[in-house]
Amino acid sequence: MKDIREDIAWAKINRDVLVSLENPRKLYWVIVFGALSLFSVGLGCEIYQYQVGMGVANLNNPNVWGLYIATFIFWIGMSHSGTLLSAILHLMHADWRKPIYRFAEAMTTFSLMTAGLFVMVHIGRLWQFYYALPYPNDRGTWPNFQSPLLWDAMAIFTYLSSSVLFLYVGMIPDLAICRDNLHKGWRKKLYTLLALGWEGTDRQWRNFRVTYLTIACFLIPLAVSVHSIVASDFAMSQQPGWHVTSFPPYFVAGALYSGCAAIITLFIILRYVFRFEDYMTKSILKKTVRLTFAIAMVWTYLNAVEFAAVWYGHDMDAKAVLIQKATGPFAPFWWGMVFCGSVVPLMLAFKRFQTNIPVLFAVSLLLNLGMWLERWMIVAPTFSHGYYPWVWDNDQWPSLIQWGMVMGSFGWFTLLFMVFCKVFPSVSMYEVKEMVYHRSLHLKKNETAGQGAH
Amino acid sequence: MSKRHLLAMFSSFDEAELVVQELRNTSIKGFDVNDDLVVKSPIEHPEVEEFLGEKPVYVQWFTLFGALMGGLLGFFLISGAQANFFEQLKGGKPIVPFPPNFVLTYEMFILGGVYISVLGFLICAGLPAKRSPLYSSSVSEDKIAILVKSEAGATSTLRAIFTKHQALEIQEEAGK
Repeated sequence: MKDIREDIAWAKINRDVLVSLENPRKLYWVIVFGALSLFSVGLGCEIYQYQVGMGVANLNNPNVWGLYIATFIFWIGMSHSGTLLSAILHLMHADWRKPIYRFAEAMTTFSLMTAGLFVMVHIGRLWQFYYALPYPNDRGTWPNFQSPLLWDAMAIFTYLSSSVLFLYVGMIPDLAICRDNLHKGWRKKLYTLLALGWEGTDRQWRNFRVTYLTIACFLIPLAVSVHSIVASDFAMSQQPGWHVTSFPPYFVAGALYSGCAAIITLFIILRYVFRFEDYMTKSILKKTVRLTFAIAMVWTYLNAVEFAAVWYGHDMDAKAVLIQKATGPFAPFWWGMVFCGSVVPLMLAFKRFQTNIPVLFAVSLLLNLGMWLERWMIVAPTFSHGYYPWVWDNDQWPSLIQWGMVMGSFGWFTLLFMVFCKVFPSVSMYEVKEMVYHRSLHLKKNETAGQGAH
Repeated sequence: MSKRHLLAMFSSFDEAELVVQELRNTSIKGFDVNDDLVVKSPIEHPEVEEFLGEKPVYVQWFTLFGALMGGLLGFFLISGAQANFFEQLKGGKPIVPFPPNFVLTYEMFILGGVYISVLGFLICAGLPAKRSPLYSSSVSEDKIAILVKSEAGATSTLRAIFTKHQALEIQEEAGK
């Protein structure tokens, strides 16, 4: 099984990808409609909460973060695999990333944009969001620079803007292809503007290569720092169940895991919707699946480390939270997390499932469900079962407004992502050409060497 | 003397390389292969650099400058803000604590590095640019183009070399 056929003509690569911008399968419109509907539900919930107040979310002491911050962490985690994996695989010269990195990077951008919404939603008083920004002001106050929450805001801003630049810079040669090949209209104007007059000169390629590599080098430590800082939001507090040393690597592994699972889901959708069977091949899917399996096992191990650290650490309050997770009202969700996050991925170890698209689609959705449950199980049980028994509250259940906003976030992400894939090439044309070119050269060399041997 | 531009299209990198070698070996008055020749290609091809000769890239200096400036700006912005609390009692804790400030300094270091690298890329690659008078959209598909600039008297020699190497198409236009 080959990652890509070496005999695909470069002109065909252009043609196939450009067709995807204009003529997707009908399922595309079904997905867009579904996403728009979900987003409308979320928007309605937010408008209602804005008008009436946070009470409608059923957020109250001690459960002050609820699903909002759990979903915020989920989306931050989802953002990780796109840019991070693209950058790591780029540095490692793993050329099988080339047909899939563009949509993975777009996934990063839109996940971060979705995550950012929850920060604003959960503060309730949206109109006072600017209090969090560091600037000289009449109030004479600054945000607390020693707080991980501020680090988080800064890290997410840095990651979002750097990821957008990484995505954009990597797309410039493809935008020039779109500019040269699409008919007149708003698209042509857009591509002409964004392509910046790119003509593929040796000077442009030389500087492009160095810049792309440089940004990739910056993005790897940045991505690791972002989720370590999100972990610090919890680990640097004194709350039982959160004050765990292994939280940063645990969060980074969880982020990579959910991101990889999302890549599999989106891979399968795009492959069908845009007829990318020649580029998003089963061989590439298999590699992604194996990577996901490896990360799933790392995550499982770190989970076990966390439980063991709490269990043997003799911190009775943290232990009580752990026991409550496994046996209390959150037990079905906690065990659901363990099942979806640690048991379901074992299927990925079997070769026959590694290229079975319906099975992989279902598995990837379950993995993401598990990862969402994981984030909820980090946030909610600790709040409901803190140090003082008189503030324990296990009966506070997220209201429909919270659930609506969670659903809305999936709609918002899907909508942005699908619109992006319709407007911009979701497969990198010039990189797929490079991949085909280098593999055909390699094949020729092998054939020549084989003939020489005879 | 007025300069003229010639653009020749080839179907492969090998053909383009042979043309560049011949241009390098042929003495043509009013044409310098290092300054007056541009190769346009649909993909980044390391061999292009080999046959064109090594040319410097300065983006990394922008990166260094941006990263250092970002880090310094971040640290002094935070420290400056924290110094506003000088009047307040800190309970023995430092007014400017280094370990937590390192996190934001690190983020600003990366932010500055990335932003200024992209700025450096635009400057060094000459972007945004107006479309050059000679351009073929087939370069963005599968063809390799060689664009040369020469004095009017040298165009016939250049055209002959391109024709000899079976150029698919030759475009000519008066330069500035």
